[in-house]
Amino acid sequence: MRIADLLTAVILALGGGLVVYDSVRLGIGWGSDGPRSGFFPFWLAVIMIVACVAIMLQALRRTPTELFLTRERLGPVLKVLWPATAAVVLMQFVGLYVASAVYMGFYIRWVGRHRWVTVIGLAVAIPVVTFIVFEQWFLVPMPKGPLETWLGY
Amino acid sequence: MGLENLAHGFHLAITPFNVFMAVVGILLGTVIGVLPGLGGANGVAILLPLTFTMPPTSAIILLTSLYWGALFGGAITSILFNIPGEPWSVATTFDGYPMARQGRSGQALTAAFTSSFVGAFFSIVLITFFAPILAEVALKFGPPEFFAIQLLTFSSFVGLGGGNPLKSLVSILIGFILAAIGLDIVTGQLRMTFGFTDLMKGFDFIVAVIGLFGIGEILLSVEEGLTFKGTRTGMNLRVVLDTWKVLPRYYRTFVRGSFIGFWMGFKPGGATPASFMSYAFAKRFSKHPERFGKGEIEGVIAPETAAHAAGVAAMLPMLTLGIPGSPTAAVMLGGLIIWGLQPGPMLFVDKPDFVWGLIASMYTGNILGVIMVLAGVPFFAAILRIPFAILTPLIVVVCAIGAYAVHSSMIDIWYMLIFGVVGYVFKKLDYPLAPLVLALVLGDLAENALRQSLIMSQGSLAIFFTRPIAGAITLVAIFFFALPVITPWWRRLRGVPAAAPAPRET
Repeated sequence: MRIADLLTAVILALGGGLVVYDSVRLGIGWGSDGPRSGFFPFWLAVIMIVACVAIMLQALRRTPTELFLTRERLGPVLKVLWPATAAVVLMQFVGLYVASAVYMGFYIRWVGRHRWVTVIGLAVAIPVVTFIVFEQWFLVPMPKGPLETWLGY
Repeated sequence: MGLENLAHGFHLAITPFNVFMAVVGILLGTVIGVLPGLGGANGVAILLPLTFTMPPTSAIILLTSLYWGALFGGAITSILFNIPGEPWSVATTFDGYPMARQGRSGQALTAAFTSSFVGAFFSIVLITFFAPILAEVALKFGPPEFFAIQLLTFSSFVGLGGGNPLKSLVSILIGFILAAIGLDIVTGQLRMTFGFTDLMKGFDFIVAVIGLFGIGEILLSVEEGLTFKGTRTGMNLRVVLDTWKVLPRYYRTFVRGSFIGFWMGFKPGGATPASFMSYAFAKRFSKHPERFGKGEIEGVIAPETAAHAAGVAAMLPMLTLGIPGSPTAAVMLGGLIIWGLQPGPMLFVDKPDFVWGLIASMYTGNILGVIMVLAGVPFFAAILRIPFAILTPLIVVVCAIGAYAVHSSMIDIWYMLIFGVVGYVFKKLDYPLAPLVLALVLGDLAENALRQSLIMSQGSLAIFFTRPIAGAITLVAIFFFALPVITPWWRRLRGVPAAAPAPRET
């Protein structure tokens, strides 16, 4: 927990440093018609860096207690995270509907071990319902791929 | 003048289309409130893109109804499954779940919904009378006053939010910095884009809300290995009517809860402390304090009344000052801007139809809501019996759709995933998410207020102290910011031991 706390504070402070750097480039002082672009972000970042350093000092003074994450607890988290990431990658190529069908089918079978009927039924029904609701009713276009083109959308 | 406007508002709120919107909103909201990983804030965020083409009054009715539904839905999971759907339902589990275990879940649910309704109604009546007055006062505010109110909003997260004040401060600053990324509309310069064209648009708060609250929450709940061991609902008309017969006995608890809720609620982050405070008061004034925690009906009434009163009261500053009192109200405020409305007191002058339609719909929405949830409990409870392996990918897909729909851009789905991981880590490390979202929504408004104030004063910060209203608000804000430093020092001075840290809002 302490290491995670320190690491987060360091990353945030570095992010603050980046903001300070760019703000100085933009100008943090007074322009011809008021404060320049960098004025507001500069002060935000400066306060953030100070607060992060204080958080680091707090964390260092504390004795390390529980772990941020144990191996057993990380498992289920990754099990959600990597298929979701894979689904987003897939979306770029085949569109949202096909990608979510594959993703849902995979997840329901692999994690839930449901029967194939349930798996295929849901993996087909949910994207079809979403398609009708978003594309037909609300006219909100979602990313589409070759299948939708082939179907004439 | 108020009642005339309200009557006109009712005229708008009860058109068939708007009533239909309210029903859909409450239904979806209750489902969202029941589901883990989806709460009021990201439910509203996901639905927001669908409202772009609607008339603003119907759109806000849909979104506020969703909010009422989510508030009701939280009570169902707390009582039946001992899982608080929202932080302000934690206190409801203390007596609600024991009641359900004793086979009195019907009573507990009826009491919870009825007290939610009473608390909400009380706040709505107060909003009806106070909103126009507050807006009238706020019309005289200039940029320095608005910036001072922003300071006050964020200072109350640091000073009164509970948890680590430094981390609250960092969360606020992250929100403001994210809001600043991209094109600066005043000077036309690009800020913090470092040459990446994708960063030019900046970060949309809708995507951030969906990622932080939606994806982050799922990751957290799978890590904790959430399982649902529910009790039966046992709801029927007899139980409802029988419970209603005993409820008037607790009128004192209702009144107390409503006042606490409203008072805490119009300040940001007030719903959770309000529910705990109301529970504590009910216990202190009860003739049988020993029964609390073992299934006392008063222990359900007290927190639910206060939480709902606070949830509704959060709409007051959003409407009159353009400052949201809760993350959900913040998302709605973002919606107002997208629909082309300028949040703040001018709304009462420029768009009275919108304002009064919304206020009237709060009455109709909560009346419809309490009837719908009382009738629909078995249906809503059944949602939680859907296996986790089906719910999880479904929620991820719904979140992705919501994130994409904002700007029809793929990069937003990636941002959503990244915000999801950030939200998960932040929640584990006790960085609060609500102030981050509020800062992200208010970033541009706050910066503009600051800029205009400084232009008025030729760059001197004294302007926040010399104008009477701005000065008073700024001083209170500084006091809140300093509170975490003052409190331990004051305690040591008086020899009082440090108190246990207060529970954290979201």
